[in-house]
Formats: sequence, structure tokens, C-alpha cells
Amino acid sequence: MGFAFRKKKDMPSGLWTKCRACGKMVYQKQVQEKLSVCPECGFHGKISSAKRIEITLDPKSFEAFGEEYLPRDILDFTDREPYAEKLNSTQGKTGLTEAAVVGTGTLKGMRVVIGILDFSFFGGSMGQVVGERITEAVERATGEGIPLIVFSASGGARMQEGALSLMQMAKTSAAIGRLRDVASAPYISVLTNPTTGGVTASFAALGDIIVAEPKALIGFAGPRVIQTTLRTDLPKGFQTSEFLLEHGFIDRIISRDVMRDELARILEYCLA
Amino acid sequence: MSESGLPEGLSFERPIFEMVRKIEELKNLSVATGMDLNGEVRPLEEQCEKMTRKIFAGLSPWERVQVARHPDRPLTGDFISRIFEDFVELHGDRTYGDDRAVITGFGKINGRRILLVGHRKGRDTKSKLSCNFGCAHPEGYRKALHKMKLAERFGLPIVSLVNTPGAYPGIGAEERGQAWAIAENILEMSRLKVPIVVLVIGEGGSGGALGIGVGDRVMIMEHAYYSVISPEGCAAILWKNGEKAENAAQALRLTADDLHRLNIVDAIVSEPLGGAHRDHAAAAALVSEAISSALDELSGIDTELLLEARYERIRHLGQFFLGAE
Repeated sequence: MGFAFRKKKDMPSGLWTKCRACGKMVYQKQVQEKLSVCPECGFHGKISSAKRIEITLDPKSFEAFGEEYLPRDILDFTDREPYAEKLNSTQGKTGLTEAAVVGTGTLKGMRVVIGILDFSFFGGSMGQVVGERITEAVERATGEGIPLIVFSASGGARMQEGALSLMQMAKTSAAIGRLRDVASAPYISVLTNPTTGGVTASFAALGDIIVAEPKALIGFAGPRVIQTTLRTDLPKGFQTSEFLLEHGFIDRIISRDVMRDELARILEYCLA
Repeated sequence: MSESGLPEGLSFERPIFEMVRKIEELKNLSVATGMDLNGEVRPLEEQCEKMTRKIFAGLSPWERVQVARHPDRPLTGDFISRIFEDFVELHGDRTYGDDRAVITGFGKINGRRILLVGHRKGRDTKSKLSCNFGCAHPEGYRKALHKMKLAERFGLPIVSLVNTPGAYPGIGAEERGQAWAIAENILEMSRLKVPIVVLVIGEGGSGGALGIGVGDRVMIMEHAYYSVISPEGCAAILWKNGEKAENAAQALRLTADDLHRLNIVDAIVSEPLGGAHRDHAAAAALVSEAISSALDELSGIDTELLLEARYERIRHLGQFFLGAE
């Protein structure tokens, strides 16, 4: 399953890149211009939360909140390396404090709350800080009575924070339960590649409107888990955006280049 | 079961069963020969109890997972027949089917009318297969929600018994929106206008457990566990080695004591000495008492206050550093 574009060693560096989805060599500059979308197959590669904000919101309108919540290794969790150390090094590498970036901004002049899961930080997984920041985003939208847009990209709940991660599914979902009582606070959930596990099974699946980028992997159980359990090959196109649209679980598939326009179009119908 | 009628047991139970067998032999001898062996039997029984207490106090998290999965552990069906009188099973999700991995119905506990939802694992091979070993499909979660909404309408408190390795990972489950079904259940359970008491009786497997696991009181049995992922799954991903499940079980803090310390569960329900599988009747009595007293505490609370407290309970789950902004 292709999650990103990969540099190929035997090619002049920085010029060409290989699409992990279709395997074709593509001109890197063209990929960048197309917002990490493969010009050959249309696969939507990962983009950073910063880039997502830039292509979604009106320029300079984003104001982050929730940055004061920082991750802690409550359980003293160590697998092959201590979680606390991995947190530190990931923060250094990504320049992010956690996997969720949330804030307010305007989208074509409409004031919105926005949340983005950044896959580069522990695979966008939801621990206590992600749960808190997303819940704050939901509560902010509920309190102000303005739209909420959340872009998900996540492997699910963060194992290193144990059952406390699992409880973030309850926390975010309960907050959305209250948001649903506020007519002026529509919630658009945007599913991007990949969105699985506890994130899909909580706030990502609870949008009033749910849209997805094309060809994204979206599901509850990961395909490898299903394959191992059933000891069988999975049908072609299983757990893709197109599969979910066909089965009735998402409203629309929207490509990245028109995402901003399409979100604005939808919101205009939801707001008085 | 072994020839003596006693279960073979888990490896750490063997010394216990060894001694139980010796005591039985002495008792039989006493009956057969008419000799008075009470002087020999009594100290042995005391020693056996002491040893059991010691072994069970010192169980590692991985050993507790084994107890939670013990083949003789009481299941939802056992608790229904021992605790809930006049059980009226209700089937079907009104959309797709009737998932046997989830059982729902009306019942009475100490005279109080309730709606019961619970995972079903099955005891013998046939029943295990028919309920997918306790792994529910979306229609199981939707069945639970449909019945819980009935409870809300008729003002019946809800009792949920959690016992699942996890939600079913399969093609049909994904086609029918496993994540969507679980998410809607979690959301709705956070605001259903009747008291909800949740008890993890064996395995609390991730989102599949949480899908019927949100409530005003969340309790766990002494040797049950509740985790974000199975120890085996965690080991395969983080240690890249499924054999490290023992390490993962330790790291995940999935035991009743850990979960209580982290405020994920409000109370731990004691089990008979040696685990609930050693004495179903005694286990059921303890469970009945815990559920009844939780229902007593919740009954009569104003609905608005009940929902506010439920929200606050969930809202404050999680700890982090608070940095300067």
C-alpha cells in the first residue's frame, strides 16, 4: 500500500520520485506542484499539516490553540525503545509537538474550527493529547456555533498510551454528541490516506458530512490484520474511498486541488 | 477436563490442582477405610488456600490475560442465567441481521427491571463459531444500540457486560461499516437518558469493547483486562515479534489495578479465590451485588445531572503536560 512518494537512489537526486501506489517514476517538481498527487495515477500522497492549512484556509487566518497540551509518558512505556525518548526525537524531527494541529481560521471568509492529524507524528495516532486537542476543537465549534472541519490521517489509537488512548475515542465522540445539538456548527470530516482503527471508529466516522480524498485507505481493521485473520486475499479496491462511497459510508470523494472550493460549497448550504 | 474431573488449568494453576487432587485422594481414602484423616486434610486445605492466594496475588499481567481468557471462565450467558431473572432475549438490528456475538434483552436483577447488552463468546466449538468467538460485526453494535434506545424510551437502566477479544476484522464487517457502527454507539451511549452500568467480565478488547462500554459506572472484574490492543497485536507491531506478548501485556497497563489507578474504571469486582472459573456461583453473587449497588447509586439521579456527570467522567480521561502557550 503506497503511503508516500519515495526517492530512488539510482536517479539524479531530487529530480524524479517513484509513486508508491502505481510504481511509476514521476517528475518530482510536478508532484510538488500537484500537492503530492501522483500525475500518473492520481494517488494522493501525504502532506504536512502546515501545507494542509495553507491550501485550505484563507492566507494568514489560522490561529492555533491547544498547543499547551504536551504529551507525557504516563505509563512508563518501553518497547524496543522508551516511548518518552521516541516522543522527544519525533518532536525534534517533525517540528510538531503532537500529531493533531487544531485552530481557528477562515475559509473563503467563513469562520471555522479546523483540526488536522499529521501522519508524520507517530502515524497520526491518537493518544491523550490528540484526544484533548480534537475535543477542544469540537467544544470550540460547539461554543462559538461555527463549522468544524477535521482532516484525518491516522493508524488509530496510540498503543504507547494504553487504554487511555482508547478512552480518547469516547471523549471525542461524546463532544461530537453535544456538537450535534448546535445547528450552526456543521461538522465535515475529511478522510485522507490512511485513516484506520480508533480514529475511524470515533470522530472521523461521526461527521455530519463525510468526504474522502480519492484512493485513500480507510477502514477499521488494517488490511494486514484482516488478511492474517482470514488467510485469504482481499478483494481489489477493498477499504478504499471508492469502496466506502459504494457502500454508503461517505458523501463524496473530492480531489485535493478542489478540496477548499468544495468544502466552501458544502458549508454554504449548512449555514443560515 | 482431566480424568479426575478437575480442569487441567493454566501452568501457574498446576501446583494448586495438584494439591486439590491430593486432598481429594485423602478424603476418598478416609471414606473407603473409615480412618479419620481430618487431622491430615485440614492443614492441607489451609496450605492449599494459602498457596492459591499467593499465586493469584503475584500473577503477571500476561498471566492475568490467561485467566481472563480461561476456557472455564463464566461468560455473559452464565451471568444471565445466574443473576438476571425472567430474561427476555430481543434479536436483530432491524437493518441487516442478528449478530450472535452480542446478546440483548430485558431482565430483572434483584427485582429491578433492566436492559442487558453483552458480548457472547460461546463455550463449545459450535457456539464459539456461531458467535465468532465474541467478535461482533457492525450489526451486533447496531442491535445493541437499537435495544438501548428502547431502554431509553421505557426508562430502563442499561447493564452492559463486556467480553470480547475485539471487533471482528473481516470483509463483511468493513463493507457494513464496522468503524461507523462503533463510533455511533460510543456517541449515543455518552448521552442516552438512562443510567448505564458497564462491567468488563473477561476481555476488554479495544474499540470492540468500547462499542458497548460507555457508561456512568465502568467496572472490571479482578482478573479481567481492558486494552487498546491485544498484547499479541501490540507485540507484533511494536516489538515486530508476536512472541513478545508477555512484554506487551506488561507495558500496556491492562490489569484491573492499573485501570483503576488510571481512573478508566471506577471499581474492581472481586473474584472468588483462584479466579471466577473456580466458582461460578460465588462469582455471580459478587457481580450481582456490584451491579445492584451501582444501579442503586444511579437511580433517582436527575437525568440532566446524570448526563452532565457522565460527560465529565469521559471528558477528564487523559493526562498530559501543560506547557506555557
